[in-house]
Amino acid sequence: MAAYLLRRLIQAVLILLGVSIVTFLLLFLVPADPARQIAGRSATPAMVESIREQLGLNLPIYQQYWRYLSALLHGDLGRSYLQRTDVSTLVWARLPASLLLMAGGIVCELVLGLTMGLVAALRRNSRLDQGLMIASFVGVSAPQFVVGILLLYVFAVKLNWFPIGGYGSFSQLVLPSLTLGVLGAGWYSRMMRSAMLDVLRQDYIRTARAKGLARLRVIFRHAVPNAILPIVAMIGIDVGIFMSGIVVVESVYGWPGIGQLTWQAIQRVDIPIIMGVTLISACAIVLGNLLADLIAPMIDPRIKLR
Amino acid sequence: MSQMPATPVLSVRDLRTQVATPSGPRTVVDGLSFDLMPGETLCIAGESGSGKSMTALSLMRLLPEPMARVASGSAIFGGRDLMALPEEEMRKIRGDGIAMIFQEPMTSLNPVLTVGKQLTEAILAHRDVGAGEARKTAAEMLRKVRISDPERRLRQYPHELSGGMRQRVMIAMALVCGPKVLIADEPTTALDVTVQAQILGLIRDLQRDFGTSVILITHDMGVVAEMANRVMVMREGRVIENGPVAEIFHAPRQDYTRELLAAVPRLGAMTGREGPMRAGTVEPVAAGRTLTNPAPLVEVSDLTVRFDIKGGLLQRTVQRVHAVEGINFAIRPAETLALVGESGCGKSTTGRALMNLVPWQGDIRIAGRNTAGLTSQTMKPVRRDIQMIFQDPFASLDPRKTVGSLVGEPLAIHELASGREIREKVAWLFERVGLSPEQMSRHPHEFSGGQRQRICIARALSLSPKVIVADESVSALDVSVQARVLDLLQELQDELGISYLFISHDMAVVEQISHRVAVMYLGQIVEIGTRAQVFEDPRHPYTKRLISAVPIADPSRRREHFKQLEGEVPSPLWPAGSGPERVRLTDIGDGHAVALNA
Repeated sequence: MAAYLLRRLIQAVLILLGVSIVTFLLLFLVPADPARQIAGRSATPAMVESIREQLGLNLPIYQQYWRYLSALLHGDLGRSYLQRTDVSTLVWARLPASLLLMAGGIVCELVLGLTMGLVAALRRNSRLDQGLMIASFVGVSAPQFVVGILLLYVFAVKLNWFPIGGYGSFSQLVLPSLTLGVLGAGWYSRMMRSAMLDVLRQDYIRTARAKGLARLRVIFRHAVPNAILPIVAMIGIDVGIFMSGIVVVESVYGWPGIGQLTWQAIQRVDIPIIMGVTLISACAIVLGNLLADLIAPMIDPRIKLR
Repeated sequence: MSQMPATPVLSVRDLRTQVATPSGPRTVVDGLSFDLMPGETLCIAGESGSGKSMTALSLMRLLPEPMARVASGSAIFGGRDLMALPEEEMRKIRGDGIAMIFQEPMTSLNPVLTVGKQLTEAILAHRDVGAGEARKTAAEMLRKVRISDPERRLRQYPHELSGGMRQRVMIAMALVCGPKVLIADEPTTALDVTVQAQILGLIRDLQRDFGTSVILITHDMGVVAEMANRVMVMREGRVIENGPVAEIFHAPRQDYTRELLAAVPRLGAMTGREGPMRAGTVEPVAAGRTLTNPAPLVEVSDLTVRFDIKGGLLQRTVQRVHAVEGINFAIRPAETLALVGESGCGKSTTGRALMNLVPWQGDIRIAGRNTAGLTSQTMKPVRRDIQMIFQDPFASLDPRKTVGSLVGEPLAIHELASGREIREKVAWLFERVGLSPEQMSRHPHEFSGGQRQRICIARALSLSPKVIVADESVSALDVSVQARVLDLLQELQDELGISYLFISHDMAVVEQISHRVAVMYLGQIVEIGTRAQVFEDPRHPYTKRLISAVPIADPSRRREHFKQLEGEVPSPLWPAGSGPERVRLTDIGDGHAVALNA
């Protein structure tokens, strides 16, 4: 177990190193000169040149990368061109809001998806099953900004159940989380339905019934734990999907997280912020997957980590 | 079975079960009636599709609804008709009044719950006791099914137990509430023969101690002879014959029963014969073919197959499965060498090494060619000489292709024929294995298990190989179908001079078909010799044990007990750097070699 963890952490570091190289190369791929952007429009060529010198932009590329990497290791993600603030400060300030939103999204997609899938499987081929599967199909295919605006219109504007936007209270969290979770709920309800149908056919379910167990116990004690095994592995991947999801959702609801920060940075070509957020996202995805892999053996005793 | 009280525990009348098919309901159990007496063992025997499992599921009301349902009939148990009970009342009877064990111990236990949880919940579903007491009862029950160290087993998960142990757990679970009736649906079919003997003995002992009535469903007439008081022979949903076990075996009234019994290969039936015997006949194979040809077709020496298990930080090999450990044998032209042993002994791995499908060390020569280190490209010409038939005729045919193209595919791959030529060759092969060439354009699902195995044989024959590796090729088939497929294999040998490496766990089939026999145990051959030498004069204790574990299809030769067979087969898993001790075979005369040091 300790050896497994150590090996996975070494792998994680290697992956992040790879990501840092790719994000670093971003700097050279965008057709914008950082020095000119920092200096502003009215700057003289001499000022631009001195900024270039100061940023080390005239050094060979491997030396620039080395400077970037050693700064990273000190927790320095660079400085925003336009906001004149450290990127790490900006990201840290906004990360909690985004993590909260993601947690809400995961809860929504799991609760919605698993319930829908379970009910659909137990009422297989009924009207209810068909209705739920159409709903899940809509959830999978509807673009998130449409879902977001629709939910806002119905539940905030028309019914006035939830506030239109903002950050801070539980009721403000509901609609953004729901928007973020709808896509995953669509996928999970389908996965859960087919996993349940598969599990309900298994011999051990027949054994459980032959023992004289009550129906609910057969379903929740014997069938559901087996059916959710493949879904647990997916939650790690969700973190990556959410990273792109929050950019849209935070913009729709004015949620002060890193999604909004990214969106603004993209619009203004504020490269250091984009680089920083990309790196943080990569960290989140790697950690999410590691966590999912560590949780798996707790649910399925057949999985051994070595 | 001395005096039995007159009132039956379970009384079934005119039971009719239907399965929904696209062309309307099909009756799978048709007008079944029987009485089960207290303490009695009733065997329901029959081949696949006879409706015997459906009968069991109908009685338990566990049919996969709505696809299958009981259409009419009654089953009186404890004064109540099970077929008319509301589901909640029926639930109370399941496990408490009538319990059931199933064929597949590997899949019949929930993989994510401990043995203890699964056992105690069976108690808690019917008895109003605390969790602690339920656990004590569970441990006590495990001890009764002869599981050692029950406290530790309760904490283990099913995957940590062997197949035999899991079936014991299933039996413990079924009997823990003291049911009046135990329905056992093929309880030993998936188990090795020595484990089967243990489980059957256990069921018999517990039945005597608890006074349970048993309905034992099986396709194996040996098991029937060993266990039954009364036998019901079923075919296509109907009872063909019903009577005391001695009567069924010694004076069967129906032709079908006679055929079923005749098709059963009987261990010991060959005593005193030289060559193999044709399945289903009493005629020995013509003695004209002599096996004196000295040049072996296949020579295997020091064959070793090990699978590495990696672990630790650097993923180094920490353990090895010693699947095959330095075995030697040879197969001569037109000879059948049988490789027998229990699951995990390395017999299938040996077959795969011959086909170069697993990495191996040692020396294999096939028709004079050394196959060590050949790639799939350079192995290709060798594959023309050696082909394989697998165990599962359902899984080894691509469901999307027509059977004609499946059989013709090897010809195309080896560029031996094309277009019309392939079709003609395939048509000939179809006729050769007893199928009609018109069936070439059909798909595998349109054929029965026996027909599919014929298709697999035709595919293996298409390259005119000199050797065929038959890995448990008749194990999945019903006895009557099995007899016909074995007959086909022998006919092909007589005609074309093919050699077989016949891999099987079934001692009776092996005795019937083989010229020579090699017994494998934990990756090594412990005894090898002619059929007569191994079966009539077994020397190694393991060979003796295997032979004595086979149930005999004759109720008058019932073995009383089988106590010496307790215990589990040791594991072939060794830490890196160590390994099993190699056995040394000593020739005790006429090529009969036995391991004397182990």
